[in-house]
Amino acid sequence: MGRSFGIPEFLYLLKAIPWTLLLSLGAFLGGALVGLFIAILRIVPSRPVRWLAVGYIELFQGTPVLMQLFVVYYGIAVLYNLHVDAWSAVLIAFSLYSGAFLVEIWRGSIQAIPRPQWEAAACLSLSFPKQLWHVILPQAARISIPPTVGFAVQLIKSTSIASIIGFVELTRAGQLMTNATFQPMIIYPIVAGLYFVLCWPLSLAAQTLERRIDANLGIKKHL
Amino acid sequence: MPILALKNISKRFGTHKALDGVTLMVEPGEVVAIIGRSGSGKTTLLRCINGLEKPDSGIIDFDGKPVELTRKGLKMLRREIAIVFQSYNLFPHLTVERNITLGPTAAKGMAFPAAQLLARKVLRMVDLEDKIGAYPQQLSGGQQQRVAIARALAMEPRLVLFDEITAALDPELIGEVIRVLDRLARDGMTMVLVTHEMGFARNSADTVVFMHQGRIREKGPPSKLFGSPATIELASLMNAILPFDPATEHSKPHH
Repeated sequence: MGRSFGIPEFLYLLKAIPWTLLLSLGAFLGGALVGLFIAILRIVPSRPVRWLAVGYIELFQGTPVLMQLFVVYYGIAVLYNLHVDAWSAVLIAFSLYSGAFLVEIWRGSIQAIPRPQWEAAACLSLSFPKQLWHVILPQAARISIPPTVGFAVQLIKSTSIASIIGFVELTRAGQLMTNATFQPMIIYPIVAGLYFVLCWPLSLAAQTLERRIDANLGIKKHL
Repeated sequence: MPILALKNISKRFGTHKALDGVTLMVEPGEVVAIIGRSGSGKTTLLRCINGLEKPDSGIIDFDGKPVELTRKGLKMLRREIAIVFQSYNLFPHLTVERNITLGPTAAKGMAFPAAQLLARKVLRMVDLEDKIGAYPQQLSGGQQQRVAIARALAMEPRLVLFDEITAALDPELIGEVIRVLDRLARDGMTMVLVTHEMGFARNSADTVVFMHQGRIREKGPPSKLFGSPATIELASLMNAILPFDPATEHSKPHH
């Protein structure tokens, strides 16, 4: 046997973490933009446009992100004879994918605010944008923290799929090291552990944020 | 001239006739208590006054001008007509102070320091100045409802609507809210209340309106309606609500 797993190999894995984080962050921000855009399409007066938005959501929620990635990576190349590099392809595919989920998470959070809150705001002579801004969105934001963070954690783990088209993030780095050392039973648990180290603090931070907001508002948890 | 004039208002929900040709005038400074069984259309009538419900037909005049049920028209109307709800509907993410200052600052363009002074003033009127920094969940139901009244008053309205504002309260908390209402009534505020508090209606209302099946069946000073109800429906409501009140014992309708 040649090479075995040691400090340099571990460092190689660590160096891949920023790419996983960058991809996750980019996909989340891109998804937020896509989600906002789709959210607007969902509420315009034109019915066909609204259907288009719903169709988008159903399509991207109902198909595997891997297929979406293939379509973006290979499909565009085949259809338009245009080479898309791996980084752009994964960023586009994951943005489209996360947009379809984020829009529904946020729409659900807004719809969870009881109608009397809208009415009370309207009865203070607030315009629709001001009702939304001062009364509805702050409450919807609080509600949306757990599902949004839950999705962000999913997204970080899903970015491992980008390894399949050769984009070197954490999982791909693990594959490369496995190929070099033939020690998958050492490397993959370490890779999994590194994902955990990325995701767990996010969940903890979300819980702390929720608790802090609730404590601020004088809400006591009856648990 | 009446400040509010409802003329022949009708409203259907599906096949149910919630309001069936209601006509009602409210004079400045008048306190009008609307009573009736649940489902009689009282709340629907109240919600039509500030545009939370759209009447199918009829005219609403406020201050001599017909109310426009457009977005802009309603916005202007709601600077003049405030409402207090049964379930308070305070904004849970805002302090008492911000609940009260939101309307004056965000809707009417008042500067925040001025709105803060106003918040203190209206909180004094409901005896809750010490709760200015609290969040709604930290208050009792009666306190929340008084904050909701203060929030309505901060709009400096010319008419305040009250939609069964004591109905969701524990019995021991009703008194503190009624006391605030009494005080407002004495101070000359124009008020329209949907209420089950017959004591308040009898003591503080100038006019009592009895609604039944979407129509106004009786209307007049409390002494007349409570003393000698003209319809069997009002008499039976009285008996249902005040079964042991000796004041109503001799007041069975005369046929």
